[in-house]
Amino acid sequence: MKNKGWKEIPIGGLIVKAGNAEEYKTGDWRTFKPVRDESKCSQCLLCWVYCPDSSIKVKDGKMVGFDYDHCKGCGICAKICPKKCIKMEK
Amino acid sequence: MENKYKIIPLTGDQAAAEAMRQINPDIVAAYPITPQTEIVMTFAQFVADGIVDTEMIQVESEHSAMSTTLGACAAGVRAMTATSSQGLALMWEVLYIASGYRLPIVMPVVNRALSGPINIHCDHSDTMGARDSGWLHIYCENAQEVYEMTIAAIKIAEHPEILLPVMVCQDGFITSHATEGVKIFDDADIKKLIGEYKPKYPLLDIKNPVSYGPLDLQDYYFEHKRQQSEAVKIAKEKIPGILSEFNKFFGKDYGYIETYRLEDAEIAIIAMSSTCGTARSVIDELHKNNIKAGMLKIRFFRPFPAEEIVNACRNLRAIAVLDRAESFSNQGGPLFAEVRAALYNNVSIPVVNYIYGLGGRDIYTEDIKSIFSEVKEIASTGKVKNLVNYQGVRE
Ligand code: SF4
Ligand code: SF4
Repeated sequence: MKNKGWKEIPIGGLIVKAGNAEEYKTGDWRTFKPVRDESKCSQCLLCWVYCPDSSIKVKDGKMVGFDYDHCKGCGICAKICPKKCIKMEK
Repeated sequence: MENKYKIIPLTGDQAAAEAMRQINPDIVAAYPITPQTEIVMTFAQFVADGIVDTEMIQVESEHSAMSTTLGACAAGVRAMTATSSQGLALMWEVLYIASGYRLPIVMPVVNRALSGPINIHCDHSDTMGARDSGWLHIYCENAQEVYEMTIAAIKIAEHPEILLPVMVCQDGFITSHATEGVKIFDDADIKKLIGEYKPKYPLLDIKNPVSYGPLDLQDYYFEHKRQQSEAVKIAKEKIPGILSEFNKFFGKDYGYIETYRLEDAEIAIIAMSSTCGTARSVIDELHKNNIKAGMLKIRFFRPFPAEEIVNACRNLRAIAVLDRAESFSNQGGPLFAEVRAALYNNVSIPVVNYIYGLGGRDIYTEDIKSIFSEVKEIASTGKVKNLVNYQGVRE
């Protein structure tokens, strides 16, 4: 995404459109990446509850993976997972 | 037809409070500090008596006063505060946030020296310290000007292409506590003149949600600062038009600068605020002795009227700039630095600096006469002995 010039952006650093934080790819900040061993997962969804960045993808009530565009790699999901099936990899 | 008015004996502080009464801001958050106290006191009485609709928030410090004013302004209402000296210093970080978020706050400031050593009297070290804070600065000579410029500042700040906070300054005690007859115009006329505040991005407009204060890093902070520079440039273009509406109403001729007997002058002083009043009488006296002296009064320090100063000074032979603040640069006070920068490359006239009146030290007609006689000497010899002088200090 090409950054805009000073004439094209709202004044005062204001964000004048709601819900556009999604456009900011915080996944760039990540050092360690969460990887799940699906065979051990009990689908308790605790990772979804605890993820501070809404980066656990859930479909039809099931954990289906990570949103790596926004996951910052904090490791909370790995820590909280009762089945210890999430590993943080380099 | 002249507009309706009453002449009322008021101090400079009361004149600022009268302007605030007529502006009738939605929120005033303030903390009392000498010599601004009378503004807050008088206004608090208006609130207590139900004369204004304002919600007054008594805060525990000036940091909170400016933070509350800023929050209210972002929410989408007209919000004001007032301060002096240490109070302004305590507001420091929030001043930059107000201008950075482009919030059109108008704040009367009663100029007072900064500690230490502690002093409660007039000099401009407080607002000159806030020179680079992104606020517009207006310096007033007397209570009448305080009243009129406080009202006009509302329209300047709120202009949709400007949206910058404005401080309206007056000299502590000299103006703030001296009583003069002030023309107070009709409440309804002033209300009409300033109109309603239409905020551009009100935080409380839930149909059009906005976020104030997000993190702004290497990728965009610079662009936002560039926008602020542009806003000050636009302010420079728009202010004369805004003032002309007020001039028509008040019967005045307010502009960036004001000249006094400068047209055919050979020597001049450049000054701000109450000292200009003293200078006028000295200039009249000098003219009686055929000394062609004049004055250039600077009303707006931001936007800085560089072109106006150059044009007004073109035919002078020597100039003294009077600074009621020290910048400790060993190159003179802040006004001197900016005036010289404006003149440089445009005209080559010897310009000297007089730092005076720090901590409320009086400046007498004799002081101004002595400055003029030194400037006259420079004009005839073309030689500058001391670039920076300290007027009225004991050796
Ligand atoms: S916390 Fe662990 S077990 Fe529970 S859904 Fe997430 S990955 Fe599966
Ligand atoms: S590592 Fe942190 S951010 Fe990424 S999915 Fe797990 S909890 Fe969410």
